[in-house]
Amino acid sequence: MLVSALSTLVFAGLLFWAVAGSPGWARVQQMFLDPEVALASLPRILEGLLLNLQVLLFAAIGVVIVALVIATLRTLRGPVFFPLRALAAGYTDLFRGVPLLIVLFIVGYGVPGLEFFDRMPAAFWGTIAIILVYSAYVAEVFRAGIEAVHPSQRLAARALGLSHGQTMRRIVLPQAMRNVTPALMNDFVAMQKDVGLISVLGAVDAVRAAQIETAHFFNYTPYVVAGLLFVLLAWPTIRLTDWVSARMRARERAGSIV
Amino acid sequence: MSDRLLELRGIRRSFGDHHVLRGVDLDVDAHEVVALIGASGSGKSTLLRTVNLLEPIDDGIIRLAGDDISDPRVDADGVRARIGAVFQHYNLFPHLRVLENVTLAARLVHRMPRAEADRRGRELLASIGLDGFAGAYPDRLSGGQQQRVAIVRAILTDPQLLLLDEVTSALDPELVGEVLALVRALADGGTTILMATHEMAFAREVADRVVFLDGGVVVEEGPAAQVLADPQEPRTREFLSRLL
Repeated sequence: MLVSALSTLVFAGLLFWAVAGSPGWARVQQMFLDPEVALASLPRILEGLLLNLQVLLFAAIGVVIVALVIATLRTLRGPVFFPLRALAAGYTDLFRGVPLLIVLFIVGYGVPGLEFFDRMPAAFWGTIAIILVYSAYVAEVFRAGIEAVHPSQRLAARALGLSHGQTMRRIVLPQAMRNVTPALMNDFVAMQKDVGLISVLGAVDAVRAAQIETAHFFNYTPYVVAGLLFVLLAWPTIRLTDWVSARMRARERAGSIV
Repeated sequence: MSDRLLELRGIRRSFGDHHVLRGVDLDVDAHEVVALIGASGSGKSTLLRTVNLLEPIDDGIIRLAGDDISDPRVDADGVRARIGAVFQHYNLFPHLRVLENVTLAARLVHRMPRAEADRRGRELLASIGLDGFAGAYPDRLSGGQQQRVAIVRAILTDPQLLLLDEVTSALDPELVGEVLALVRALADGGTTILMATHEMAFAREVADRVVFLDGGVVVEEGPAAQVLADPQEPRTREFLSRLL
């Protein structure tokens, strides 16, 4: 305890001495860590963060739904379902490969050009792009979880007379979800900061607000403020993920197999 | 003939070049207990799974109480709801409590009101001395207790036929007895049972008839005492002698 505290102190001291002792430190401190600018820009950035939270909420719901559908399609058996399986596989391949930024540009600027829809705000298209990309990842997580459920479980459920749908809903998916909870939460943490990318479409979220404030004050501190806010946003989920993972490991160690 | 419950005629099933079932004929009368014996890979499990339509057949006819259930137009879920089945292991659903496991099919498939299903479930759990575990998750139970719960789950909805596929073969030896005692009690109570088993002593004691399966066909069948004590076919003799 004492050793770790002491070692942390020494380490922090050395780090501070190295950074603060650098020749350009005064300039960097002024440009990036100005308390007055931080305080002045905070309300606007917080307002922007509210938009990020909205996008996050809708995207999370959308991702779970789309990913479940894709994962279910990929686990269908039988030659009849080949087109659906292939489509789902193609989807995950494509959207796991394309950078999120490019999907944002294509969806944000391309799809409105089709003029199928009335004009929608940039945040809407940003949410769609995030759902498209993250669903591909999360679908693979779900699929791994579904395939990790022992085949005998499916057999036992069908033997009781449960339909395919009932077996999926009541038996397979609940167990799959439990298996993949830590992985899912990890993806959620990643998504929490990627919602900041919708700013490239012009949506005034926390990042965009910080950019505007930066231009206004001619000082980069608002970016640091926005960054810290994103960390604060993610921190509870990160801690929760660690806690859940640790608990599941403990459960496994306890030997709670069927 | 009127009490013929299950009738299998010419059942064939192959996986690629591997012919697991090569034309199996088998009858089970109501209230009869039939034991399927044979080496591992002789097709016992596959045959049991064809009966509740978990395994498609390439050829043959299956009749349950006179209904042709091998007709592809038949409602497979409906057929399975009339047949109870217990497998070697992983029968119970680990995310559901013991009572929920036992009542799941009654509630979802048979549309039994929850109160009634729970009442029946508790009764059955009490009959096997496990009512204290109704609210527990299956991982709290021993392997033998889990198999007994799986068996009462299978009979809660009064199926016409109970299929048991090596229900004791994944258990530690000291847990086998309690499971066999439950099967014996069901047999004495008149439940129609078709079971695959490695427990020859148990088959002789409980089964009315023993069917020896080898190479995907029925080689010999007859009263349990006769087939096990005085087998007529050389292959049956060879199989039984290897067990001693």
